[in-house]
Amino acid sequence: MDAPNTDVIQGTLDMLILKTLSLEPMHGFGIARRVEQISRGVFKVNPGSLLIAVQRLERAGWLDSEWRQTENSRRAKFYRLTRAGRKQLEVETAEWTRRASAITRLLKAEI
Amino acid sequence: MSFWRQLTRGLRALTNRKAADQDVSDEVQHYFDEAVAAFEAKGLSREEARRAAQLECGNATVAQEQVRTSGWENGIATLFADLRYGGRQLRRNAGFATVAILTLALGIGASTAIFSAVGPILFEALPYPNAGRIMMIWDTYQGARSDVTFHTYRELAERNRSFAAVAVMRAWQPTMTSDTEPERFDGQRVTPNYFGVLGIPPALGRDFQSSDDLFNGPKVAILSDALWRRRFAADNGIIGRQIRLDDDSYTIIGVMPRDFENVLSPSAELWSPLQYNPADIANFETREWGHHLHMVARLLPSIGINQARRDLELIAKTPVPQFPRPRWAALQYGFMMDSLQREVTRGVRPALLAVFGAVTLVLLIAGVNVTNLLLARGAQRHSEFAMRSALGAARSRLLRQLLTESLLLAAIGGTLGTFVARVGIRALIALSPPGLPRVGAIGLDATVLGFAIALTTVIGLVVGLVPALQASRRDPHAALQQSSRNTSGTHQLTRRALVVAEVALALVLLVSAGLLLRSLKRVFAIDPGFSASHVLTMQVQASGHKFHDRQFAPEERTKLQDHPVQRHFFEQALEAVRSTPGVSDAAFTSLLPLSGDLYGEYGANVEQSKRTWSVFRYAATPDYFKTMGIPLLRGRLLDSHDVFGAPAAILISESLVRAEFSNQDPIGQRVQIGPPWAPVYTIVGVVGDVKQTSLALSQSAAIYMTPAQSWFADDVMSLVVRTSGDAAALAPSIRNAIWSVDKDQPIVRVVTMDNLVAASSAQRRFVLILFEAFGLAALALAAIGIYGVLSGSVTERTREIGVRAALGASRGDILGLVLRQGMNLTAFGVAIGLVGAVAASQALISMLFGISRLDLITYAGVVVLLAAVSAMACWVPAWRAARVDPCITLRAE
Repeated sequence: MDAPNTDVIQGTLDMLILKTLSLEPMHGFGIARRVEQISRGVFKVNPGSLLIAVQRLERAGWLDSEWRQTENSRRAKFYRLTRAGRKQLEVETAEWTRRASAITRLLKAEI
Repeated sequence: MSFWRQLTRGLRALTNRKAADQDVSDEVQHYFDEAVAAFEAKGLSREEARRAAQLECGNATVAQEQVRTSGWENGIATLFADLRYGGRQLRRNAGFATVAILTLALGIGASTAIFSAVGPILFEALPYPNAGRIMMIWDTYQGARSDVTFHTYRELAERNRSFAAVAVMRAWQPTMTSDTEPERFDGQRVTPNYFGVLGIPPALGRDFQSSDDLFNGPKVAILSDALWRRRFAADNGIIGRQIRLDDDSYTIIGVMPRDFENVLSPSAELWSPLQYNPADIANFETREWGHHLHMVARLLPSIGINQARRDLELIAKTPVPQFPRPRWAALQYGFMMDSLQREVTRGVRPALLAVFGAVTLVLLIAGVNVTNLLLARGAQRHSEFAMRSALGAARSRLLRQLLTESLLLAAIGGTLGTFVARVGIRALIALSPPGLPRVGAIGLDATVLGFAIALTTVIGLVVGLVPALQASRRDPHAALQQSSRNTSGTHQLTRRALVVAEVALALVLLVSAGLLLRSLKRVFAIDPGFSASHVLTMQVQASGHKFHDRQFAPEERTKLQDHPVQRHFFEQALEAVRSTPGVSDAAFTSLLPLSGDLYGEYGANVEQSKRTWSVFRYAATPDYFKTMGIPLLRGRLLDSHDVFGAPAAILISESLVRAEFSNQDPIGQRVQIGPPWAPVYTIVGVVGDVKQTSLALSQSAAIYMTPAQSWFADDVMSLVVRTSGDAAALAPSIRNAIWSVDKDQPIVRVVTMDNLVAASSAQRRFVLILFEAFGLAALALAAIGIYGVLSGSVTERTREIGVRAALGASRGDILGLVLRQGMNLTAFGVAIGLVGAVAASQALISMLFGISRLDLITYAGVVVLLAAVSAMACWVPAWRAARVDPCITLRAE
């Protein structure tokens, strides 16, 4: 039997990262763990894709980054949502909701 | 904001690669540390936690690599790496790189130079609004173009329904007298709508209007921008000023724009209305009935060229009473009309098209050569590509590398090619024959340059990609194993075919160059009929009212007149020149051979036979024949007794004797020439034929008379001086001798007879030089091609050759083996090329002289030359093959 598919739905990784960071600044592993926890293990993020994505989001001006000490006194790169990032999250959320509900309606429709 | 971030972060990563890498690896490291820590917190041992983290997150190095290669700057970094690698590759194969780059530079440079020069002349629209609607119209005489008369122009302007405007013009060379040296200008006498037909009004002042063109009316002039700047310091207040031209006062009314290009007379610097008399149309003896005007017209927007031609034909066929026509302007042959563009380029079109064809062949050969070189390189690099793909290089990565290398080659070749083109264009302009239209419009054409670079790049790309595609498709294992053994048969076949093509193309070019060379030799071998060395020539003019003793009454215009003042000036000038040290003989003539002098042809009617011959009329002082070295064949020369009032005497040329007096004595025969009031001349002697218009043309029927016995006095005469020393060095003292007689008379076109003879074949020589250059380039490229293929083949067959040597083949055998292979290619190429050359020579036919286009000597010579050069190209690899040591090659097995 195949292992369950834990890939993030294509095109939604950015939104998940933005959403995760909207609560508090976090480092890369923290983001990955939070996504996994909140989705209850449905989505798992691999470090390569995640770090590429945060780099991209940072360059787009939606995230800021700085090196800081963690609570267990390691040096880590923390990411924080910018104002532009917050706006972008709203846009993406609205867009996702619109499309998801459309798909749900389609699947529920009695044909 | 975000773009700015993209840029700065990317640049930071680029400029400080190390720090950026450190940053990424720290972040990835931290990620894994956290993952391990998380598993440890779940109770796993450190070792187990590490394994679990690796299982879940994958390989840290791979993740690091992924992150590092994600930004845009990474593409640039790869590009730099590829460029560095490509540069190293080129350096390592310096021979290949040099040849490829030089080939590209030559192909791009030569074709850009030629296309830049030929394009504007042949294909570009003339620099006038709606230039395609400007037509040139000719009267026709026996199928040839002939200038129109003023009254023909008037009839056409009045009766046509096709043209918005019609204008006529003639050359005009007024002399401006002022405090300084007299200066003679090139100009044009035009009807007022001349600039209207061209569609370019003056930039300053006003255009001509019909009130400026009144017979004996006030005189006005328009200046060119260049003359305005040169003589009048670009003075804006010039309008309304008076200048003195030929002793008359002219009011300047306008200045043409700086970029105005006067293709009908490129050297013209000022214009004035024609001011002909439209009234006296029934008097056929006036200059208004002489064929001496060029006619241009602008088509109405709604009229096509064929419609206009029908209109012209109708006018020619249906005379009307208000426009009577004399016999010589009866228009019985109709008109001839073509676009100004075609008319202006008519003389040079065949030559330029031939050059165009030649450079296309060179570009083709260059392309073939580059293809060949890249194929050879690709074959050599199979194992490299196999190795790289075995190490995990993706196919796209290999293609990208090759693309970069091809572009690098094209970029270097293109840069060099631009220099070649610049130098080439300058050389072309310097070499260009006189009379090449629109020389001013020649410049480096960016479109053409871009096209040539793009073309060679595309060749480079397509050809360069072939080996990469093959390499990446192939099983790397197999390729690696037989890395040095593969013989890639199909590759060799393609390359051989390309070499055959190169040889064939080179042969076509060389045969063309050879035919032109032999034609030029034939032309120069022609006896011009005079002795050109140590002869200096210059044009002297008698300008001003003082030479027109008085105004002739109308009835006197049709009587033979003496012109003592004018005659006196020329006699005195001649005397002054004769007494200049270094001068052995001197004479004046109205018509100078090979100088481009026009308007010297007249109909001569032999009284006895009533036959008319078209002859050149020379009004020449008696010493002309001695000075020029023209031999007297029968009778006597002209002498000091042939003056005004004495019995009119002429000499005729040998060819006229042959044509008219084949079996009787011409001496004493009487000839009617010129207007009815001219005297009937008696032939007193026969002199040798002289080439007047060009060495290659054979029309040389001529008659000679003294200026005093001519029916009109020439204002402009050519002085010919035979010198004892260097002819050119004497020019200043001769000029001063003439100015000692009258300082107001301009002297122009000072040139030695030797130079005139050379210049008369300038176009021929121009084409020949280009063909020779291209032919040699093609030869060199073909030799490189042969050498490349053979030496590649020898490298690939080293083992085979070693085996042959071990089995007893002598060095001679092996030498022969390789030489035969090369010469076979040459032979194929020659065979195909000969067919091509025979076809191509058809296009050259108008430029050949004295030889057949199938001239055996040329063809044989070129074949021998090609064979010799390719034998040399074969010799080096053959020699290398013969020296292969069987022990070494077989040990490598």
